[in-house]
Amino acid sequence: MSRNTPRGLKQHVSVIYPALMLGVFFVVPFAIMLAVSFFHRVEAGFYEPGFEFANYARFFSAFFAKALIFSVFVAGVAAVVSVIVCFPFTYFMTRLSRSWQVVLLVYVMAVLSLSEVIIGFSWSTLLSRTAGVSNLLVFVGLMDAPTAWSPGLAALLFGLCYLGFPYTVLILYPSLSRLDPQLPEAARMLGASPVRTFFTVVVPTMRTTIVGALIMVFVFTLGAYLLPQVLGRPQHWTLSVLITDQAIFQSNLPFAAAMAIFLMLVSLALVGVTMMLGQKETPAP
Amino acid sequence: MSGLKLQGVGKHFGSVVAVADVDLELPTGKLVCLLGPSGCGKTTLLRLIAGLEEPTTGQITLDGQDLTPVPAHKRGFGMVFQSLALFPHLSVGENVAYALKIRGVGKDERQRRAEELLDLVRLPGVADRHISQLSGGQRQRVAIARALALDPKLFLLDEPLSALDAKLREAMQVELRMLQQRLGITTIVVTHDQREAMTMADLVVVMEHGYARQVGSPLEIYRNPASTFVADFIGITNLISGKASGNDEVTVADVPIRVNAGGKLDRGADVTVSVRPEEVQLLGADQRGENRLPGEITFIRDLGASVEISLNCGGVTVLAITTPKERPRAAVGDRAMVELPRAACIALPS
Repeated sequence: MSRNTPRGLKQHVSVIYPALMLGVFFVVPFAIMLAVSFFHRVEAGFYEPGFEFANYARFFSAFFAKALIFSVFVAGVAAVVSVIVCFPFTYFMTRLSRSWQVVLLVYVMAVLSLSEVIIGFSWSTLLSRTAGVSNLLVFVGLMDAPTAWSPGLAALLFGLCYLGFPYTVLILYPSLSRLDPQLPEAARMLGASPVRTFFTVVVPTMRTTIVGALIMVFVFTLGAYLLPQVLGRPQHWTLSVLITDQAIFQSNLPFAAAMAIFLMLVSLALVGVTMMLGQKETPAP
Repeated sequence: MSGLKLQGVGKHFGSVVAVADVDLELPTGKLVCLLGPSGCGKTTLLRLIAGLEEPTTGQITLDGQDLTPVPAHKRGFGMVFQSLALFPHLSVGENVAYALKIRGVGKDERQRRAEELLDLVRLPGVADRHISQLSGGQRQRVAIARALALDPKLFLLDEPLSALDAKLREAMQVELRMLQQRLGITTIVVTHDQREAMTMADLVVVMEHGYARQVGSPLEIYRNPASTFVADFIGITNLISGKASGNDEVTVADVPIRVNAGGKLDRGADVTVSVRPEEVQLLGADQRGENRLPGEITFIRDLGASVEISLNCGGVTVLAITTPKERPRAAVGDRAMVELPRAACIALPS
């Protein structure tokens, strides 16, 4: 039909704008970063154009491999925990009255407005020995002496999950609120208890959404570079922190760019695998 | 004490009364239709029986046993939902056998039973297909088969055929009725379609504003409606307002009409007379007599199988439906006489 025939400039204006935006804000910066990752670094200086794999070769070491594995592990745990906590929360939220849903959504959005810095320092205070919640537990009698939980792995995971929660809720909410309420009711009528209904009907029908939320939170927390520095010890520094360190403090932009591209490739590969797993069991339509 | 019994059952949502004080006794093994316009509380009543809603007032008992403390998933009722609510992540066979899986029935037995149920609804050989590969009518059958998997004590259907086109719906009504009679299962169907109720039901409950207005066999409700609402909702009727001029007589457009009221009318009261259009007799303009109104033909609708003739009888509109073998020799503007046979005139309070 006439879909492929050009219909003048007017038709293309709507395409030009997003293409331009994508080019200016994504393609060009990415191309620059890709080029820089092959440039030659000048010690105590900046960098000069060139083409070498030295930057890529450098992080094939135990140190960076460990940082990469740890980064993926931390982001993965944060994603899984976020979805496990937020899925039931969002499901029960969609069963509430409209006005209660609005109140809860506004609360979730309010969390979004907090910056990573504020979240990081709030958690580090909350989990500290001097002013943290362990004092409360001592007061109640559950613990003998106040303990410092921050910095540490648990504190870092707490912070990352907290960061991921509102995004997870916002991704799950549209699909869950569109879920036909008669589906769980049908399961109830067929003899399934509310808990069985949740696991045999609600969760499986929402599989695509769950996979989407997992990927979102994973990618999002993989890029967090402030929280590991505030809530973690140096051994908990993720690849994102090391990239920041190289780019800003070591002034080694070529190496930082190479690491960033490598991290992107790894997360793309993981996202691809997750999506394939998410689609595999769906019966052929 | 057998069968399903509802005593003073009511359901309020805040200040909204969805179901108000319903008393019903439903016989075992029969098909009951809850009939009414949208928003009359028929679906809420079905959900109360299913256990998906808790009654605000009253009690529901089955075979003498109080159902109130029993949650929906332990009542053992089968239900077909308006949206069908087939599980999109399961195959047809898995959908049908879902209840058996919950019960812990083994895989082979589940497969055997699923095929048996699909045979029952005349849909063999589709167990391995996906729901999206089925047509609307086939999904309907799958939903029915799934609801029957546990041999339910009570089979509940909420507007089950509303998604189907008119022709398929009529065919499914007949099929559903035959299936119900073959299984002898107590069935409650919610519908807003009076033809559906007339086709399938042993007993019809006409609902309005949360109240059960009339309970009876389809024909009884059609012939002796208890109110103008019921008369108007079930089939087509002429509702003619007049004033009672005797214990069995209503004056309409200055003509006394003898009605079937058992001598209970109060002289001077406002009364509505309901006459089914097919009972109205059309006569020549000069044939005067008892219960006959002179009028003028205002509109003729020839539907082929039947002819609908509207008349203006001194300000009152009367519709007559005839099913003649030959076309009547009437035309718009002709004068005619309509006879409202006494036995067919039901006097109802206005």
